[in-house]
Order: sequence, then C-alpha cells, then structure tokens
Amino acid sequence: MAKSRAQSKTVTALALRGLSFAPSQSWGGVRLVPLLREEVRDDLRLTKREYTADVMAVDVGNAAHWSFVPHGIVAEWSTDGTPIVPFGTQVRHRDGKHVQTSAGMVQLAHRMVRREEPTRLRFLPLHLAMEGYLAHFFGGPEIAWGEYSKGAISTGLSPRVETSVSGAGLPGLSDALRIFEIHEGQVGILLYVGGALGAAFVVPHPEDYRALHTSLIEDFYGELLVYYGLQATAERMECALPETKVSSLGQLRGELSAMRAAWATFQEEMGHRLLERELTAQVVYSFGPFSMQHFSTDLRLKEENHLGEVIMHDDGTLQYLKTYRLSAAQARRAYLLKMLAACHWNIEATARSLGQSNDEFVLRLDKAGFDYLLKEHVLAAARRHKRNER
Amino acid sequence: MSWKARKEHVERVERVERVEREDLVMFINACFACTRQQEFYSTSESQAITIEFLHEYILGNYRRLYARTLAGGINHFNQALIALNLLQVGAPNNGADRREEGALIAGALKRLPPQRVFSLFATLRERRVNNRRTRATIRKYLSERKDPIFDAIKYRGKVRAASAHAHLKLPGELGAFLFDLKKQARFNTDLLERFRQAHYSKEAVYTLPFTVAEGLAEKHGVPRDEFLARIADKMTMGEKLRVQKSAARSGATTPSVDFSRIPLTKLALYILAQSIAQRRERCAEFSAAMREAAARTLRRAPLRLGRVATVLDSSYSSAGSSEKRRRPLGVALAASFLLGEASQAYRAFWSPHVGDDILVRAKGQTNLATPLLDALDWAPDLIVIISDGFENDPPLGAAEVARKYRRDLDPKGRVEIVHMNPVFDAENYAPRAIGAAIPTVGVRDAEDIPTMLGFARFASGSAPLGELEAYLALRVQDLLKGAA
Repeated sequence: MAKSRAQSKTVTALALRGLSFAPSQSWGGVRLVPLLREEVRDDLRLTKREYTADVMAVDVGNAAHWSFVPHGIVAEWSTDGTPIVPFGTQVRHRDGKHVQTSAGMVQLAHRMVRREEPTRLRFLPLHLAMEGYLAHFFGGPEIAWGEYSKGAISTGLSPRVETSVSGAGLPGLSDALRIFEIHEGQVGILLYVGGALGAAFVVPHPEDYRALHTSLIEDFYGELLVYYGLQATAERMECALPETKVSSLGQLRGELSAMRAAWATFQEEMGHRLLERELTAQVVYSFGPFSMQHFSTDLRLKEENHLGEVIMHDDGTLQYLKTYRLSAAQARRAYLLKMLAACHWNIEATARSLGQSNDEFVLRLDKAGFDYLLKEHVLAAARRHKRNER
Repeated sequence: MSWKARKEHVERVERVERVEREDLVMFINACFACTRQQEFYSTSESQAITIEFLHEYILGNYRRLYARTLAGGINHFNQALIALNLLQVGAPNNGADRREEGALIAGALKRLPPQRVFSLFATLRERRVNNRRTRATIRKYLSERKDPIFDAIKYRGKVRAASAHAHLKLPGELGAFLFDLKKQARFNTDLLERFRQAHYSKEAVYTLPFTVAEGLAEKHGVPRDEFLARIADKMTMGEKLRVQKSAARSGATTPSVDFSRIPLTKLALYILAQSIAQRRERCAEFSAAMREAAARTLRRAPLRLGRVATVLDSSYSSAGSSEKRRRPLGVALAASFLLGEASQAYRAFWSPHVGDDILVRAKGQTNLATPLLDALDWAPDLIVIISDGFENDPPLGAAEVARKYRRDLDPKGRVEIVHMNPVFDAENYAPRAIGAAIPTVGVRDAEDIPTMLGFARFASGSAPLGELEAYLALRVQDLLKGAA
C-alpha cells in the first residue's frame, strides 16, 4: 500500500521548479552554471560527513558494494516545518566498523541509506543511483538459454563493475571549482565539460551549497568527461549588447537586463537535454514530506544518458539532485542488457528486435565486453561465420 | 626618395613607435601590479616566468627606458629586479647613459626598504655578479646609511655578505664585529657591546631591535608573553601590527598599535584581517583611522578631484591568494577612503553591495555592470573601477556598458573612467582589462593612485610615445633631485 503511494510520486521529468539560472563561469574547458533558489526551505538541510577509510564496503542486502567513498551526506529535517540548524561535523558519528587490511583501511557501512535518528538520514551520494543502475541492468539472464556460459547463469553479470573517475582526475575541474564565485542564494550548479553537460547538483539550502561546493571535486564522474576535458578549448559565453544606438542610461540598463533574461533562457535550454528527457524513477526512501528517488533517463544510444538521485518535496519542488553522465560505452552496455531483458534474454529474439542477424548480435555483445556471458563455441561460431563472409 | 618610398618610411616609423609605446605601457603596467607572488587566478610560477620574461625583453630592446622606469613609481619588487638586472649586465658604454643609470640605481635603492636592498645584494652575491659598478653601488649604499652600526646589528648576516662581496674597508669596530665576533672580549661602541652581552645576559636582550632580540630570547628560554611585554618599546609599527594575533593566541598582552603611523593600504589590510564582529564593534574607530591615514597620504602626494565615484569589487576573487591575502579587497577599501578624502563629492558603489565600508567581505560573484550604471547615473566627473577584471555576472557586462556609453552617450569623454587593477594576469602579461573602452592600470598600494591617474592616459593609448618619454624623463628628474 505504502509502495503504491510512493510509486505515484516518482519523477517523470526533471523540472527545475523554483530554480533560476545565473550567468555561467568558465575556466579552461569547464563551465559552471549557478542555480539560484527563490524560495528557500528551512526544514531540510544536508551536511557532509567525511570518511577517511580507503575503501568502503556497503552492505546492499545479499551482496556488498565496494567503493571509494570520500564522503557521505546527512539529511536532517523537521516534522513541523521549523528551521533546522545543521549539526554539521561537530558531532562525530561513526558509520559501521573499520577494518584494517593489507590493502588499506576498509570501512563497513550498513546500507546505502540509513536512518540514524527519527529525523536524520545518512546516504552516500550517487552510490544509490549507481547501485540502482548496476542492479537494474546487470541482473543476468533469468532463463537458462543454451548460449549463456555457466558462470553467467549461476552468478549473473559478475562482478558488476563500472568504472568512474574522481573529480580530481577531470582536467581543469579543481581550478574551476576553486575560483568559482558562489552567488548569493545559490543552491546548485550545472557542470559542463567541453560543452557537454557532465553533472547537475542541487541542495535545499544556500548554506549547504557553500559547505558542499568543494565536495564536488571528490565525487565521481563519467570517464567520458576526461576525454572531453582533454580536448576542450576555453569556452566563454560573453555578454554582447545589441548594436542599436541608445539615447539614455535607462535604455542601456534595460538592454542589460534583457540580455540577462535571454541568457538565463538560453542556459535553461542547454540544460534541457537532460531536463526534458523522460525518466524512469524509483522511490527508495520516504521521510516526512520528502521522498528520495533514483532515476535514469530512457537509454538512447546517440544521445546523452544520465542517471542520478533526487529528493523531492510533496509539492513537487526539487530539494536535492545529483546526476552522473554515462559514457557512450556504459550506455551501450546498458542498452544491450535492457534489450536482452525485454526479450527475456533470448538472443535470437533480441537480435530480431534490433534488426540484426544472430551472429551480428553475438559479435556486438562481444565488442561491448560481454564475451564472458556467452559460451565459447557460440562466440567462435559467430566469428567464423564473419570470417567466411569476407 | 620617391613619394611612395617616403610614405612607406613614415608608416614604418609610426608602426615602430606604436610597438614601442605598447611594449613600454605593458611593462610599466606590469611593474605597478606584479610582485611574482601567487594570485587568485594564477600560480607564483607562472607569475615568475611572465615578469622575468618582460624584464629581459624590455632590457634587451629599450635599455634606457628600462632604467628610467625605476623612477616611474613602480612597486618595490620591480625596482629591485630592475636594479638587479642592470647591475648584472654591466654598465653601458655611453658615458651619459652610464651616469644616469648609476644615479637612478642609487636613487632607487636609497628609497627602498633596507631589507629589500640587502636581499638584492645577497642575490648579486649568489649569482656571482661582482663587476666594478656593483661593488661601487654596494659601497655607496652602505656608506650613505644613516646608522651603519644599527644595520650591522639588525641585518648582520646580510651586511657581512655584502661587505665581503664588495671588498669593503669597514670603519671602526664593524670589521671585528661582523667577521670576528666570538674573539672579541668587549666593544667600545655601545650597541655592538649590547649585542655581545645579549648572548650571555637576559637583560641585555631587551635593548636590541625586536627581530634580533626574538632569537636571543628564545635561546635564553624567555617565555613569549614576558618577552613581548618587555620588548614592546623596541618594536617597529609593522612588527607590532604583525604580532597582534599571535600575541593574543599565546595569551600575552598585545602591543598597542598607533594607527596614525601605519600606511593606508597596510591599515586597510589589518582591518580586513579582523573578524566581522570585531569590525562591527570598532567600526567608528577604524573609519576614523582610515580617514586620517588617507589625509596623511594626501599631504605627501596632494590630489584634488571634483565629483568622484568608485566601482569597487568585493567578489570572492578579491580574497587574493595565500601570499597576497585580501590584497585586492584591501586596495579597494583603501582607495575608497583616499578618493573620498581627495574629492569634493564622493560615492562608492560596491559589488556586491555592503552596508558600511569597514564591514566589507570577499564574497559572491563579480557584477560590475550594475554598479557601473549606478555610478554613471550619479553623473560624476571621474569613475575609478578597482577590480581584478574577472567579470562573470555577466562576463564582459561592464565592458559592453562602457563601450555603448562611450559610443552613444558620451563620445567626447566628459566622464573619465579608469580601471585600476591590483592583480597581475600572468597569462596576458598585463593586469586584466575590462574592455577596450576603459583604460587599465596596475596598482599595488592605494597610495599610488595619484601616480596611476597620471599614467592612465598612456594606458588608453591616446598619448603618443614622445609624451610617455617626456613623462618618464620628468619623473627621473624628480627622483634624482630627491636623491641628491
């Protein structure tokens, strides 16, 4: 019952309701667009919790999710709408156990999202979305068709691994974040690398943003952005007033504000490629009037694909948002698995639905890195047929 | 010469002149702002590469003007670097040039703070520059110092190195003091004797200058708070200002600071280093001290202006770097008080807006376009913009406003707009400009603003090379007259 209530609230498209755009700031190939919030709520606050262990193992039910987690986010809310003073990091709260291994300190965290107090929630940013993505697409065949290898059938797609890069590995990001001038009332940011939207980040309160701004360097990003960053040239969006003659200072002032408005619209449109796509979302946690969900855009091979997590208020305003851009290879893998799953993992049927021959589809799986899913002789046959065709 | 050839010749001369003028303006501008230190937007390495290249380039191509820049009101760092480079390449062949250069170097050194000159001598020694002119320069400088005994105490290592490097004959007991201290049973010179005694006696420590006493007190194990309480008389104003916070931390009584003896920009930086709560509490006191410091500066360099507006950048980037903490903001604050004192009517337009000047903080985005429009609305004679030139709300906003204002509303230049930039942009070899319609000059201290206003017409490119040369020649005369 509770689930159906939650289902009805999931996001279908990201409307940045209640947010406005300010002029972007660029440094090298990185461009940051500030997002400002007109009406700030005081009853939900996010703070950062630092983790010092080298690796974190997160218990996700029947398996563990290994990851480098530099920080977690703690959400606090009030049930009666009174303002919250975030406790920040003064209260040292230990998450789970620390275990010293030969490889370094390992921290064992209990679940992705954990309620620590009646009105306090700890979650690991983006790991929720990533776990959702991995679990959703990397489930493995449910019917033991003859083509699949033994391993694929018994353990699914294991290990379920995707690689990402830390923000520190993105060329120019650390400088761009360091010199970025945070606006009054700013609660979020859109990050563009080489003209492509890399990530979006929104929090409920301007003070939270100020505190979390530098944490963006510790987050993980799609590897695609590294290549974009290396290729990117300095990209500046500069103000240009119309060439028409002005006759008073008031008119000049009017032109300037018209330019600002046009710019905000333009940036909004730039963000639309993510914002206007259809999303599939799932509520993972509800607390008070808020619900935490993870989502991904419907997968399209030739377009940008993002996944992420949000906290929405019941009134439809976006309180927290963090997105991750899939690289082309990641999207391709997810797409193939999605198509397979849609045809109940039947290779023949999937190939037909994609308009390909059996062999072509097998080779396509091979190329995408799924060779270990298939039995050796199936792959060998497909390769042989391909050779004979020539 | 045919008509065509003559025309080509004239064009070539004009082109050469323009290049020379642009090179010089760029160099002098760099010498106003750059100190080879890290800035908000660039590292100290890139600053070093840029400024050292500029020096080499100008020295190689325009040596006479390079030397004359010493008199142009440039900052201490660049004066020392020019002196170093000139001494390193040796004296010019032409007698008149040689005399002028020598006089300029001596005049500039005389005005520099002694610690900077002594470290210049140390660099000369390190680089093994020991030509005749270098030795003569060191000799002349040391012989003209007011109190050589005091120098020998306070800068003992540096004076010793310089004297050895220049093969000096030292008067009286100085030679024994500098080179053979441990063998001396006693000195007849009072200060030298006190220095010797301070190695054995705790009491004698308090008769020495602060920086020398500090190390000896440490050696005797004197507690920091007791030491600070007793040495207060021997501290310079700068030293008192510097130890305020560390003294408060160690629980010692903070030495009282006499604001009336601190230069304007230094005072502004001191005020900005205080917490907001403290600034709010002592707001009236700080404002009065700033006004007084501005008036003192103007007594030394008189400046009378009419109706003046300032556009002051207090965005996050005005926090400067760890090497130049809050300097851009400090210069803006100091400039506001200085121009306020110097003009008949004055208004400051901060971006972002602040309540009281004293409470300003480096925070938020850079929006220069709106305050510039506000300033123009007020119809002043002169608008001074103090900013690092990195506009982002929107980028080039103020540049566009100024361009259209100049083109459509004020083509005759009734309102003068000058951009003063405390930050050197290493990538562009110049302080970053806000569009072509506003001339940009570099600035290190707010005290230099009268000089900067004079120089601004060269930065805009409107004045020809001849005028710039005449301007420098005039400043050279002033310097040499002052030094003589």
